[in-house]
Parts: sequence; structure tokens; C-alpha cells
Amino acid sequence: MSRATNARVVAAAKAIRSANIPGISDVVPAFAALSVHFDPLVVEHSKIVEAIAGIDVFDDADMSAGRFVDIPVLYGGEAGPDLDEVTRETGLSATGIVELHSSAEYHVYMLGFLPGFAYLGDLDEKLRLPRLKTPRTRVPAGSVAIADQTTAIYPLESPGGWRLIGRTPLRLFDHTADPPAVFAAGDRVRFRPVTAMEFARIEAGA
Amino acid sequence: MTFEVLDPGLQTTVQDLGRRGHLALGVPLSGALDATSLRLANLLVDNGEGAAALECRSPGPVLRVSAPSARIALAGTAAPLIVERGGDVVEWPSWRSVDLVEGDIVRVAPFADTAVAYLAIAGGVAVPEVLGSRSTFLRGGFGGLRGRALKAGDALSARDRERAGPCLTLIQPPLIDEFPTLRMVKGPQAPMFGESALIELVRESYTVTRDLDRMGARLSGPELVRKESGEMLSDGTVPGALQVPPSGQPILLLADCQTTGGYPKIATVISADVPAAGRLMAGSRVRFAWVEVEEAVDALGEAERLFHRRVGMIATVREGTRFSC
Repeated sequence: MSRATNARVVAAAKAIRSANIPGISDVVPAFAALSVHFDPLVVEHSKIVEAIAGIDVFDDADMSAGRFVDIPVLYGGEAGPDLDEVTRETGLSATGIVELHSSAEYHVYMLGFLPGFAYLGDLDEKLRLPRLKTPRTRVPAGSVAIADQTTAIYPLESPGGWRLIGRTPLRLFDHTADPPAVFAAGDRVRFRPVTAMEFARIEAGA
Repeated sequence: MTFEVLDPGLQTTVQDLGRRGHLALGVPLSGALDATSLRLANLLVDNGEGAAALECRSPGPVLRVSAPSARIALAGTAAPLIVERGGDVVEWPSWRSVDLVEGDIVRVAPFADTAVAYLAIAGGVAVPEVLGSRSTFLRGGFGGLRGRALKAGDALSARDRERAGPCLTLIQPPLIDEFPTLRMVKGPQAPMFGESALIELVRESYTVTRDLDRMGARLSGPELVRKESGEMLSDGTVPGALQVPPSGQPILLLADCQTTGGYPKIATVISADVPAAGRLMAGSRVRFAWVEVEEAVDALGEAERLFHRRVGMIATVREGTRFSC
């Protein structure tokens, strides 16, 4: 997992999209890979390979090119049921964990798993813990979670094995919005601790 | 309203040809598991081939016609449609359009030759387009009828249509291969597996377990052992990808699969064979065969030519063709 590699992936995705090659329906960046979906009955496989080879994809790999997104988070308690366990396993205090998690600027490596689910990194080394041995059958939408080198927010209620340390009142995926997801690969993200009252106020206003 | 849902069946969802253009945001393709049968069902009621229709699992739904008239067609299975009118019960074969009148109760007879059959309604099912498609994405809770499978009491409407001509039938409907061979190209992580795993995959058949839904099917058969252990970084997935969790028992991804995944993908079923993969039922046996990318592209062209030959065999129904039970 490397920011520099991923910045090149995101730049390549952008370049291929803006080349408007007929027959390509989706260009999907991942951590260190890029998928190009095309209809081989519209455009030949060799033509796609040729067109992509002709794009200078790596020149504008600018790591600060993405949008900046600010995410309010209510940490711990019912909003972050695994925070206590994380303090035990890391030896850090709850305040220390919140401080570490919310002081870093994260990079959106990719989206996947669920609509709008962004893999953010890199998580501070002191916070890196494996996934839960037994995943939860139900993680509430908005849950802010950590696993290994990454942190993420569950946009929809779903089963999940990441450790839940907080929750955001923001709606991260809305199929009626354009674009439907708050995040896109290449964006920069910062988490901002909020109180339960602020959480409720943002939730009511959202 | 065209239909009232009396019984939703095991799982009936609105599907079209899927949702493209949003994979990078984690929005899956969705769409019909057996797109070939959806397209034929639509053409049998004079819809565009990609119109929204009902994807049914067995037992299928029971619907009551609540408009003065409606036209439907069942495709994908050899099972018939059963229509109750007044006290009479009439069976209509699949692969043809059937005209209904208000009060008719129509059900899809139980089927065991495929996982999914398609009930197309003339005009197409009227649900809003979400992100460019009317397909239901159950896990995301959007698309189709309010993002979920049909429930008893739901009302379904057909979109407007022009006055229909005579009923249509497909001469020589496709035979469903109940023990298909799915052709595949090497997956992005094929090098993580030894040559012996690549041979193992095509040596014997696999059986589809009961762990099967619109996202994928867990298979049971020869264990696929990785040459090297260690983690991989998640990357893009597609319906048809064969991913291998640590158990060594592969999972065949289907229409609603996640857009990215962290299990190594040993193979990808070629586009031409993805509809056959979508028809697999719990207990089905399946074989795999390796092909090169060029063969995969040729196979897709061939599948489209075969599809258009079938379209050429859609004919007007000779009136009076019906058999009662």
C-alpha cells in the first residue's frame, strides 16, 4: 500500500476517462491496480490496450489534486463500541486514540465493498489492529472504523469486521444525489471530533 | 396499476441490463443474472431488450391483473405460466407472450431447470431509474421497487406502450444446459496459484453449494492451493470472477458482487458464459475450461450472433394455440 503508487493509479484513471474512448463504461482505481471495463463488441481489446498505452498517464500524478473533505465524528460510547477494546489492545488512552485518528490527513485510495465505502490511509502505526475475528452481522450506517493500515466509514448498514471507534452524522452515499458518493479516489480527508450535541445538530440539519 | 402482488414468491426483483458508470464509487453492476433470457422475454412482448422485467426464483410470484389488459411473457425456463380466469385454469408455455384481462391470476409454475426465470411485462415495469438503471440492488437498498424484493400487496405498473400487435412466440427456445462448462480466462491473481491449482480447477467438476445469492455462489470441489501465502491488496472484481478464500473452495461472483475484493481471483468466466453462470442453482454441477482472451472475445461475438438468430425465430402466434390442464 503506497500513496505514491495510488496517486499514479488515480491519475491514470483520470487520464483514461478524459480520453473518452468509445466502448469504455467504467474505470475503477484500486490500491495498486486499475480496472478498465469495456465492451469488446464495440471496441477491440487490442485497440483499448493501444489507446491506453498512448496516454501519458503518469506525468500528472499530483498527490494533492483531490478535493478536501471534512468528516465530523462522535467518538466512543454507543457510536464507537470498539473504542474501549482498542484502548486495551493498543495501550493508548481513548483521548490518545481520538487525537491520533483525527490529527492525520488521509488519502482516499479507492472505493469498494459497498457503494460509497472509501478506503482511507494511512492509519497511524500505533492504531493498526487486525479485523475482528467474528464480524458483526450489523454495522450501523455512518460507523467510523479501523482495520490494519486503513480507516473507513460504513455508508450503509451492513455486516462488517472492522473495529468501530465512532460515527459520523453525514450521509456518505445517496443514490438520488449527483454524484451519489461523498468520496472519490484521490480525495483528502480529515476527521473532526464532535460532541453528541453537535452530532445531533448536524444529523437534524443534514 | 397493472398488477397486484398476491404472493411475492421466493425472491422476485425488478432487473434490467444493469448499472454502468458508477463502479468506481462502489456501486455494483446488478442487472439480470441471466441477461440472455431477460432480453428474449422483453422482445416477446415487443419491449426494447433492456427493459425492466421481473427476475423470479422458484417458487415464482402470483400476480393479479388490475388493469383492463396486460401482456406478459415468461422466459428462461421450460416451466409454464398458469393463468386462472374465472373458474378456469389455463397453462401457457414459456417463451411466448400471453394476453391477460382484469382479474386474471397468473403464477409462474415451479421450475427446477434454472435459478432464475424472467417475466416481462409489455411496456416494461414502471419503476424510477436510479443511477441509470431500474435494477434492484438489494444490499444497497436502491433501484427496482423501493430497493427491495417484491412483497405481497405491492402494486406494479407497466410503463406506457403503444397498442400491441399479435402475440409472439420463440420457435425452438434455448435448451438449458444443466451441467454447463464455463469458459474462463486467467484471473489477475492467477500467478499466486501454482500450475497444479490451475490444472485442478479444470480437472473435475464443482458443485454449487446452498450459499448462493445475487452476489455470488460458493462452490465445492477440488481445493485450490496458493503457491505463496500472504495478503494481497484489494482490486477490481467483475461478475464471473472466481475468487479463492483461504479455504481453497472458490466463490463465483455474480451480478450484485462487490466492485472490489481482497481474495485472489484465479480466473474470470468469459462474458459469453456469464448468463449460464447466473442460471446455476444450489446443487448444480459445473465444469470449467481455460481459454485465451482472443477466444473469449470471439465467443462473445458468437453468442451475440446466436442471440440474433434466435431473435429471427420470434414469430407471430397462431391463434388458438393453447393447452388447458
